Amino acid sequence: MSALASAAPARASHDARDFALAGVLMIAAIVAAPFFVYPFFVMQMLCVALFACAFNLLIGYVGLLSFGHAMFFGMASYVSAHAAKEWGLDPEFAILCGVGVAAAMGLVSGALAIRSKGIYFAMITVALSQMVYFFCVQAPFTHGEDGIQSVPQGRVFGLVSLADSATLYVFVALVFLIGFFVVYRTINSPFGEILKAIRENEPRATSLGYRVMRYKLMAFVLSAALAGLAGATKALVVQNASLSDVGFQMSGEVVLMTLLGGMGTLYGPVVGAVVVVAMQNYLAQYGQWVTVMQGAVFVACVLLFRRGIVGEIAKWARLAL
Amino acid sequence: MQGDGDDILVTEGLGKSFGDFAAVSDVSLRVKRGSIHALIGPNGAGKTTCFNMLTKFIAPSAGRIVYNGRDITSLAPADVARLGLVRSFQISAVFPHLTALENVRVALQRKRGDNFDFWRSKRVLHRFDARARELLEEVGLTPFADAQASDISYGRKRALEIATTLALDPEMMLLDEPMAGMGHEDIDRIVALIRRVSVNRTVLMVEHNLNVVQNLSDRITVLTRGRVLAEGDYATVSENSEVKTAYLGDVHD
Ligand SMILES: Nc1ncnc2c1ncn2[C@@H]1O[C@H](COP(=O)(O)OP(=O)(O)OP(=O)(O)O)[C@@H](O)[C@H]1O
Ligand SMILES: [Mg+2]
Repeated sequence: MSALASAAPARASHDARDFALAGVLMIAAIVAAPFFVYPFFVMQMLCVALFACAFNLLIGYVGLLSFGHAMFFGMASYVSAHAAKEWGLDPEFAILCGVGVAAAMGLVSGALAIRSKGIYFAMITVALSQMVYFFCVQAPFTHGEDGIQSVPQGRVFGLVSLADSATLYVFVALVFLIGFFVVYRTINSPFGEILKAIRENEPRATSLGYRVMRYKLMAFVLSAALAGLAGATKALVVQNASLSDVGFQMSGEVVLMTLLGGMGTLYGPVVGAVVVVAMQNYLAQYGQWVTVMQGAVFVACVLLFRRGIVGEIAKWARLAL
Repeated sequence: MQGDGDDILVTEGLGKSFGDFAAVSDVSLRVKRGSIHALIGPNGAGKTTCFNMLTKFIAPSAGRIVYNGRDITSLAPADVARLGLVRSFQISAVFPHLTALENVRVALQRKRGDNFDFWRSKRVLHRFDARARELLEEVGLTPFADAQASDISYGRKRALEIATTLALDPEMMLLDEPMAGMGHEDIDRIVALIRRVSVNRTVLMVEHNLNVVQNLSDRITVLTRGRVLAEGDYATVSENSEVKTAYLGDVHD
């Protein structure tokens, strides 16, 4: 066969190595960060980064754009704050409560949204998240505009106090790494292979006998649960839960971070979250202009780097990130 | 109308309308178990629409479909595939950003049942690699096993699709113009392959290449304007004057 001569380009099989290398870098950054930056700030960043990773699981690997993901993040944050404060649960159980509620919400909202595609899917998620938002405005346990304040950080397994900031930092870093690894594992699992097949060619996946809706729903629930993990942990870090975490702006920001960092790349959402949170923080002195600058950066990025920061680096350096 | 043991697929009065336009009407088919059955007809005759209905990718407006003695008219498409009635598509349908090997492996993964195990490494899938390579070998794609599907030529994508369909070991295959876009050499290879794999399964194929149809098929159904015009073996059908005009008319269009 003449084709043998023009042998097709072999695809790099270094994915696992690249991933590990970048992972080592990321862990090193997490370890070093508190020596250079205010640890409280880094912890918030890690929570938001995990949120973006959860979101990316849907948009990047299933091709579903959710515009209401803050409902999982924010609601889990309320639940974990409530569980820690009112029920006096240890932090790990408070967080689990948040994750559980987020997963259950993911199951219900996913079942409603998943049959629609593209913009219709996005609109249904917006509508659902607005409902959740108004529920949070009204429900007594969220304390409306005040939010849940002075959430106790408690002791992990009743032993290790999180009131100590170094301990809290280690705890948050571990939660982040666990969540991040779950995303990595999901993408690189037998389940993840089917997700990719569905993203690539849904009718073909169906014709091979895969019940596509169940895979999408499963991915949706996983993404919601991980977004919940991020929100629930954040509530313990900042010691409060408020409406801003469940609102439309939060849903929009996570889209921004993921696109900025590079959707469909493992590390993109992390980089995107770091950039956006840092920008918000260091530009805070400019008040209302932050939103405008953020918008400008976003437009510039979309025009200049369509694959996002990490996406462009990966392409340029031929790495699997 | 139950399919007697001899017929694997039977349709009765199958029809599909898009608005006022009847794309397919009153199609009653009987496909013999173990045969190669060709569905031919000019462009727009409704062949693909028939395939879409048989595999439930679109819902019929009228009629019934019985597969292996079971009424599948109201089944979901994935469930039809699970019964062993698997289709390919007219427009090449591969997973473009997966390698050829991974494409075939996605189908082989079906043997694991539901693949919801997100906590397990995909390394467990390597046990399918040997079988995937065998299937690639059968369609002549061995040198491209590790190439990304989007990077191989159109004809090879079609071959990859056949390998992927075969990976499910379907009892009945529906092939929609499997050889469109292939060169001579490849056509000969795929004809031989279809003959080989049809030994213990049924094939229903849409094909425009009449040499291939003559060569392969036991029975032919001719469709025009959504209706069955003629049916029989190649000799019978090719002598039919209506078929001749339908085809000649098409040529002069
Ligand atoms: N979704 C649809 N909506 C409206 N009309 C459709 C739709 N699908 C098919 N048709 C029409 O139905 C008719 C039959 O189309 P079909 O694709 O089944 O033809 P075909 O026999 O497969 O033709 P070809 O040989 O070109 O593939 C065509 O006139 C087509 O335009
Ligand atoms: Mg067609």
